[in-house]
Amino acid sequence: MTQPVNTNETKTDLYRRQFLGKTAAAAGFALAPGMLLTEIAHAKPADEAVSTKNRWGLLINTNKCASGCTACVTACQVENGWGEINKSEELSRASQKAVWIRKVKLKDKQTGHVQSLPLLCQHCEKPPCVDVCPTGASFKREDGIVLVDKHICIGCRYCMMACPYKARSFIHETIKNQKVHAPRGKGTVESCTMCAHRVDNDGIPACVEACNAEGHQAMYFGDLKDSNSVISKELAKNGGQQLRADLDLNTGVRYQGIK
Amino acid sequence: MKKNIPFIAIEGRSSGYYSLLALLGAFILASLGAFYYMEHHGHYVTGMDNQIVWGMPHVFAVFLIVAASGALNVASISSAFNKKAYKPLARLSGLLALALLAGGLMILVLDLGRPERLVIAMTYYNLKSIFAWNMLLYNGFFAIVIVYIWTMMQRNLGQYTRAAGIAAFIWRLALTTGTGSIFGFLVARQGYDAAIMAPMFILMSFSFGLAVFLLVLMASYSWTERPIGDAIFNRLKNLLGIFVASVLFIVAIYHLTNLYEAQHQGFEAFILLNGGIYTQMFWIGQVMIGGIIPLIIFYTPSLAKSRGLVGLGALLVIIGGLAQVYGIIIGGQAYPMTLFPGKEVIETTFADGAIASYTPTLAETLLGLGGVAVALFLVAFCVKIMNFLPASLADKDVDPHYKAS
Ligand code: SF4
Ligand code: SF4
Repeated sequence: MTQPVNTNETKTDLYRRQFLGKTAAAAGFALAPGMLLTEIAHAKPADEAVSTKNRWGLLINTNKCASGCTACVTACQVENGWGEINKSEELSRASQKAVWIRKVKLKDKQTGHVQSLPLLCQHCEKPPCVDVCPTGASFKREDGIVLVDKHICIGCRYCMMACPYKARSFIHETIKNQKVHAPRGKGTVESCTMCAHRVDNDGIPACVEACNAEGHQAMYFGDLKDSNSVISKELAKNGGQQLRADLDLNTGVRYQGIK
Repeated sequence: MKKNIPFIAIEGRSSGYYSLLALLGAFILASLGAFYYMEHHGHYVTGMDNQIVWGMPHVFAVFLIVAASGALNVASISSAFNKKAYKPLARLSGLLALALLAGGLMILVLDLGRPERLVIAMTYYNLKSIFAWNMLLYNGFFAIVIVYIWTMMQRNLGQYTRAAGIAAFIWRLALTTGTGSIFGFLVARQGYDAAIMAPMFILMSFSFGLAVFLLVLMASYSWTERPIGDAIFNRLKNLLGIFVASVLFIVAIYHLTNLYEAQHQGFEAFILLNGGIYTQMFWIGQVMIGGIIPLIIFYTPSLAKSRGLVGLGALLVIIGGLAQVYGIIIGGQAYPMTLFPGKEVIETTFADGAIASYTPTLAETLLGLGGVAVALFLVAFCVKIMNFLPASLADKDVDPHYKAS
């Protein structure tokens, strides 16, 4: 299970486990089935720790992103058990259903140029969601992935108010059929995890995999701190812009070709 | 020296008193029912969604919390600024502040997605979060105001009242600044991206708090048939008028500065011109009902003579205040955030670039009203069991030198 790492996060995690242990024992705290599984969502193999050596990021080339293609969205739904795939969010109105990643189509007001791109949690280096979260449920891992700890989230939605990208969703009803690595709880907030469970096992996010499988290759995933990674080289060569760069959040997700 | 006016608990045996408690109790029960309904099913039964994440409960909660610190004003004026005439009102002012804060916090807690985890929020603070700071500020406010009331009630502690009053005054300014800053931190949202938010909240608190105070005072004195003289009444009325005018003034500055900045013009047009319900809330609710009409009542001598009309004016200030908070909270979320300057979003599954709509349900409105009922119930109950209210506020008792003008 979760392996201690020599960071602040360890303390938080330790606290979380102790806290849960105590309350569960003392007060007979009933956690919803599946909720204890959150730990697994940021599990790491024993020999390697989540560390500041890496910073995981995504680079999205909007020129390659095909209009009308939603392969990344579907892959995320299948991987993490939300949306169309999970029929247990049926009572919620359309505007209440969770959205981890979405496709948007843009039209330039001057030139009329049309393009489409996927929009998801930008895994900010200075995440407003983490800054405002009163309990520390929103947290950024050492490797830059921003997550919600569903044990601690009290469902105040302040993070949703603070996120400039509307990247987060609140769960409006009881969710069944959850994926082991992606527990989802009524009354808590969730968002893209950059497939931390895959990344921790040397995998790549499901959206990137799907985009590649479709032959579009519009998304690169990789380590922004490793100057030899494909993503770093591509960024060095062709650049990549942040959405709302004016907010100075140093996002981990970058875009090319927005024009 | 003139003798001190005795503070006497109300008798509280009349059928009117019990009917009042029963009515407030019914509202509280209804709000608990609404809470159970929302928590049992999940928030899908509310009008809130992933676009409008804070709804009607937050409108009531923020209003009550803002009004709470303002309700303490009367006590502050008496203790911190040493104005004798307000002294008899200081206890009620402290009590009302506590009650309003309790009501507001109850709503916030009961609206949480996981209210049973409150203990986490109380034991684990993310000290970077202004929300967490607010929890400290709220708890501190309770403690300080309770001590403050205590020094007023215990004869031998009277010497400490001034110090406690000053501490409470400073704390309440911090508390309102904290509440305003909740929005100030949401820089990505255009409606909140203004440094003027914090002072605006302070002035709003002065105005809303005093309006509630005046109404509670009028109701408790007329129902217990105790006199309120013109001396104290007109002072409060004129003070409220000044606060209402100041709120209008700072709101005008807020919108004018926003209009000056190009990137905020869309939002301004939305609130001031073409935002439908939000535009109406602004002009009709906030400006007319909550500002101009009360000012006309308070400052037209022939109208201001009627206590009933002044009471109505205070009620309008409250209604206008709710409209204002609604505009800030809901309007601020409904207006879309700009992610792609110069682009139009022509397709999205998540309402990007679109104005969000919100229709509050009965449950969330009942939850909000329940917070108001809790506040009033606490006041009605405490003035019976403890000596909060002066036996008389007649001119001869409060200010023997007062001459009707
Ligand atoms: S995009 Fe939003 S949810 Fe993701 S890290 Fe940034 S602020 Fe947080
Ligand atoms: S909803 Fe949860 S994650 Fe978001 S700010 Fe509140 S406690 Fe933190």
